[in-house]
Amino acid sequence: MVEENLKIELGKQGVFVTTIEELYNWGRRSSVWPMQFGLACCAIEMIATTMARYDLARFGAEVFRPSPRQADLMIISGTVTKKMAPQVVRLYNQMAEPKYVIAMGACAISGGPFKQGYNVLKGIDRYIPVDVHIPGCPPRPEALLQAFLTLQKKIDGQHLTGEGRPRHLDAEAQGEFPVPHQGEHDLEPTSNKGVWTVPVVIR
Amino acid sequence: MKTVEEIKAAIEAGIPGAGVEILSNPSPSAQHSLRLDPSHAVQVATFLRDQLQFDFLSNVTGVDWPDKEISEKVKVTRSVTKTVDGKEQTVEETVDEARKRVEPGCLEAVYHLFSVALKDGPLVMRMRTGNRTDQVELPSLTPIWRAAEFQEREVFDLFGIVFRGHPDLRRLLMWEGFKDHPMRKDYVDPDDYEYEPTPHDEVLKRAEAHKAASQPATTAVKEL
Repeated sequence: MVEENLKIELGKQGVFVTTIEELYNWGRRSSVWPMQFGLACCAIEMIATTMARYDLARFGAEVFRPSPRQADLMIISGTVTKKMAPQVVRLYNQMAEPKYVIAMGACAISGGPFKQGYNVLKGIDRYIPVDVHIPGCPPRPEALLQAFLTLQKKIDGQHLTGEGRPRHLDAEAQGEFPVPHQGEHDLEPTSNKGVWTVPVVIR
Repeated sequence: MKTVEEIKAAIEAGIPGAGVEILSNPSPSAQHSLRLDPSHAVQVATFLRDQLQFDFLSNVTGVDWPDKEISEKVKVTRSVTKTVDGKEQTVEETVDEARKRVEPGCLEAVYHLFSVALKDGPLVMRMRTGNRTDQVELPSLTPIWRAAEFQEREVFDLFGIVFRGHPDLRRLLMWEGFKDHPMRKDYVDPDDYEYEPTPHDEVLKRAEAHKAASQPATTAVKEL
């Protein structure tokens, strides 16, 4: 690794020094294309985020792809009903690696005000791995920008080798997750093993 | 604005033996409703649309009336043999007796009608099924007001009322293969109360019941 100060000094002399990892992560984080789909009212805030006032394009995410095959980021913007959950998981499975998920709003992270309802999933993180959770009902566009920056930081901090490397560089890593089946009374299973464990409540 | 009594009189004049009944609403809104006899409902609805110009159906919903257990005190007179003044006599005696009876429940479909032509409404119509288990059929009013189509599907989905004559009676909000009717009073939702960060009231009870049910399994694992 090159020291940060040395890099700046060399830069002053017109020498650009970097590592493959830095370059690679810079490329990955600077063009995260979200998938174009919205589930509920949070989607309106997501749309506002992409428009001129908040301008998600500043961070390289202006291209919303209408196909999961071309998207890198899934923004779960809104309530995931039990009827919709299998389709969301299937769309996630259809995305190519590297892929990330932002769960946006109270409903997407926990079921929110509908948590005890008969038809709402208690958080999409029961079925697919979520990188960033945003609370709020709905979250402000600034919160989505913050989540996006958090995701960029996360991508930037990943090493390309060893433990914790990105999934697409790890042949063993699980990239596809079982799609829940709509049973007679509920989704089956109620959560995917290894993705979700019951959180410990500390009081 | 026609009153419910006038509408009822008009229906009875138009369709003899229609079996329309007024259910009064004692609240300040005084929004009385008409209860239709399911066997004449299509006839009455056609009459309301064509003759009384109720051309707009705004709302269809359902109500679940579960079986109700009523305990009441009844005065019972019976003859009792008593010893009065050293003689055995049969005396009539009136006693309060507590009795319980079960009033059978039913499912109810409620329709709200307006007349755009006459600027009139709402007219509230209700229909009741025979019971909550096997006689849950009601005639569909979709052939008369197309607006009822999705709302009757929703009532079918959430309450389980089967609308006879509906063109496309499928579940609307829940998926095919779902067995329950979630808006019924006796619906039991799936036991997924494993994680409740801020449980309270009913949720707290369910969360504790879930914890108690899953506790023996964990201790069994520990013993092994």
